[in-house]
Amino acid sequence: MSDDLLSDHVSNRGIRLSRRRFLQVLAGGAGALMIGIRMADAADVDVPLPPSLLGDTFYGIGAYVRIDTDGNVLIGVRDPDTGTGVATSLPRIIADELDADWNRVSVVSLGLGVTNNNGEPSWIYGRQVGGTGGSISAAWADLRQAGAVARWLLLQAAARRLGVPADRLRCESGTVIALDGRRFTYGSLIEDASKIDMPNSVPPLKTAERYQLIGNPAGDVDAREIVTGQTRFAIDQQYGDTLTAVVVHCPWPDGTLDGIDFTDTLAVKGVVKVLQLNPEAGQQTGTTLSTIAVAVVAEDTWSALKGRQKLKLKWKPGASNSESSDALEQQAVALLAGKTDPTTRVRNDGDVDAAGKKAARRLEATYFQPWLAHATAEPMNCLVRVEKDKATLVVPTQAPQKAWAVVHRLTGLTPDQIQISVPRVGGGYGRRLDHDYVAEAVMLATNKDINKSVRLMWTHEQDLDHDYYRSGSVHQLSVVIDHKRQITGWNQRMASASTLVNRGVPDSRLWTSEVDVDQLPAALVSNYRSDWYGQTSAIPRGPARSMPHLSNAFAVESFIDEIAHSMKEDPLDTHLRLLGEAREVPLSGGGTFDTGRLINVLKLVADRIEWKNWLHSVNGLGIACWHFNGAYVAHAIEVASKDQKLVIQRVVCAVDVGRIINPMGLEGQVAGATLDALSTALNLSITFKDGQIQQRSGKDYPLASMAQLPDAVEVITVSGDRDPAGASFLAMPTAAPALANAVFRATAVRIRRLPLTKELSRLS
Amino acid sequence: MALAQAQALPATTGTIVPDKIRDGIDLLINGENYRHTGDPQMPLLWYLRDVLRLTGTKYGGDHGENGADLILLKGKATSAISVTVAKASGMDIVTIEGLAANDGTLHPVQQAFIDEDAIGCGYCTPGWIIASVDLLKRKKQPSDDDIDTLPNVCRCGCQTRVRRAIKRVAAGKAGLP
Repeated sequence: MSDDLLSDHVSNRGIRLSRRRFLQVLAGGAGALMIGIRMADAADVDVPLPPSLLGDTFYGIGAYVRIDTDGNVLIGVRDPDTGTGVATSLPRIIADELDADWNRVSVVSLGLGVTNNNGEPSWIYGRQVGGTGGSISAAWADLRQAGAVARWLLLQAAARRLGVPADRLRCESGTVIALDGRRFTYGSLIEDASKIDMPNSVPPLKTAERYQLIGNPAGDVDAREIVTGQTRFAIDQQYGDTLTAVVVHCPWPDGTLDGIDFTDTLAVKGVVKVLQLNPEAGQQTGTTLSTIAVAVVAEDTWSALKGRQKLKLKWKPGASNSESSDALEQQAVALLAGKTDPTTRVRNDGDVDAAGKKAARRLEATYFQPWLAHATAEPMNCLVRVEKDKATLVVPTQAPQKAWAVVHRLTGLTPDQIQISVPRVGGGYGRRLDHDYVAEAVMLATNKDINKSVRLMWTHEQDLDHDYYRSGSVHQLSVVIDHKRQITGWNQRMASASTLVNRGVPDSRLWTSEVDVDQLPAALVSNYRSDWYGQTSAIPRGPARSMPHLSNAFAVESFIDEIAHSMKEDPLDTHLRLLGEAREVPLSGGGTFDTGRLINVLKLVADRIEWKNWLHSVNGLGIACWHFNGAYVAHAIEVASKDQKLVIQRVVCAVDVGRIINPMGLEGQVAGATLDALSTALNLSITFKDGQIQQRSGKDYPLASMAQLPDAVEVITVSGDRDPAGASFLAMPTAAPALANAVFRATAVRIRRLPLTKELSRLS
Repeated sequence: MALAQAQALPATTGTIVPDKIRDGIDLLINGENYRHTGDPQMPLLWYLRDVLRLTGTKYGGDHGENGADLILLKGKATSAISVTVAKASGMDIVTIEGLAANDGTLHPVQQAFIDEDAIGCGYCTPGWIIASVDLLKRKKQPSDDDIDTLPNVCRCGCQTRVRRAIKRVAAGKAGLP
């Protein structure tokens, strides 16, 4: 995901060693040893907090690790877990470095860590973002140090007690062990350890052969609570005096409220108040309401919903009331067919036009991507209590620091007067990087007529028709092939409405959410051009899962399959010829593209699905690969066409993310993202007409049923020793093209437009 | 001593007023009795979540589209938003909180979901578990086609792992390596 999507105080990168970093040892009130990393941009924070200030509270001190005298270890997790498994994997990274006994580790969500630095926020835990693929790599860069320092202190304490050098001791599973076999549990050492001064520099981190937890499978730390219904998501929480609010949004993003009669609503028992909520002028997308809304505030959900039912509202459309997704697509097609200059020439290697003059063969194809919604399982909701000098919130968010900014603006409270806790989140996929729902809840809770805490709950219907959508797009690809059957020129032109409009991103960077400068086959074809044409739309757009790779991989990997077919070549061979020798190719966005790692995952899926044997079978086989964010993925899919119905017989996915933290978690993420991508490709599209979203309920935006999806996803993970890359949506981009390529082999129908089921029945 | 003459009974004993039957609707949830005195038309989902604070049953769409609001009503997986408190009265209701034994021993389906890591974000997991319990009650050895009939959806993509969990229970291997 583009870093630009995480503007407003948040960076997608980990805290690097060069940034100011403070490790602290804190003796808690109960005599526990606490190790934290404090991160702040302000020099005056470089003063350790006196223990007397800390009490025995774990929160708010920047602590990641707490070891108690009984040997129990508590590890704080800074990043929201939206189903990505970071609540398990991040603590395991720390616990391994600490040589803790995992059976004695418990995990707590830290919530937002913020202090007041002269009115400005200081983020004491550094980056706090979930579900954007960056948690693991950021943690690898900084969290391991917390574990290493704790282990170092315990070793020093044991060394002093025994009168031997610390390097004669080793740690294992919560115990320090001397050469002569004497052992001290961590719990017995913490009082001494908390009196030892911090090391001047971070002690050496463990080498890979000594990992005990990293690389070994672990179930989700929350699993037992989840399967027994005990997990409290934000939507499950309330304070004693909490009122429930439900809303109705204007059906047009720029519409207005033309008339309202809420007499019948107020007559409903339990209804307290009806309020109008307005977007704040001049605020960026995602930080205020996207449309005007009317809220019904009541004593409980059912009263609020009954009251909402009785509202009589008259909406007036705004200027966007003639917009339609069809017209926008036609405009895109016209743009790409025309001679106008692109909004941005994203990349231009060599000379595509000159290469075209020497073409033995050319091929061109246009691919169409629909608009998409997020459809999270847990709807948008937010619990807020605002007092004179304090705001307390429970927010299902992927970026608590961005939620903080909204609360700060609306309440005027100082940075540290805003407390945000983030329980486990019922799905994010980018939707919860925007905080319009937080703005709504805070506006209600600060209304003088409410004066109570408020929990706001959207319905799924509202999630669907008031989302920040992924823009539809049109991709026009053309290729030049010389007489030696080599691809010598690649020209791709794409049109879409950028997600980054009105998000504080300069016009010259609006393309970054839409296309990747280094995406396949960039750097592999000497004459390569990528143009982006920006479109305007009033329909709100926002970050989406695996953006911009989801749309582009479908176009590129389908097109490579078409190229193979036109040359009567095995598409696996076409891929391998394109990738060439295993080598490191420098990327313009930084880092390198290791073609060998991509070739490897591609061959792994081909071998597993018995590509050679099946190429001419009655079933169709399709293959696709992709690389992004330093990770590599390939899919091979086998489909059968039975009684004119498409059946996905087999799905194989191979990934290479570098070092694997939790193989069980990784397999789940890969299988899950594969199924999400298949569900999306098969069924899903958002359309709008007369400026209004046409999908009103889950029936109109049907996530795939169990019957539509494959019975299994065979996941192959390549373990490596490079620093770990994120995995939560790695398997998204290649599933759809592998499926469409398989469908072509099975049915001879080339799918160039998603969703696939609808397109296949149109073309068949 | 002569017995005191019995006093004549008063002519009337006054109006006997029987104890008023308390208002409300009786509910049997997870083996406990509850009485709801609010709106009889309140969907069971909101009664569970707002009144009893049994929040394991989730909101899953206004018509229960994604299956997160499934409960067992007379042993059958039922959308809790689609049945009113009045209608559920007197029926045996089991929610996700009531599946495990009193000593904390998990139901085999709950255990198998842990074994197979059949969890994404976890929001819709209770609904999947309730649907699986229902299926396994009807079909001890469900086929893939039987499993295909589960009504739930999940954007995190837990379906293949749910399938494994159900097969694990059918094979009697919940909780085993």
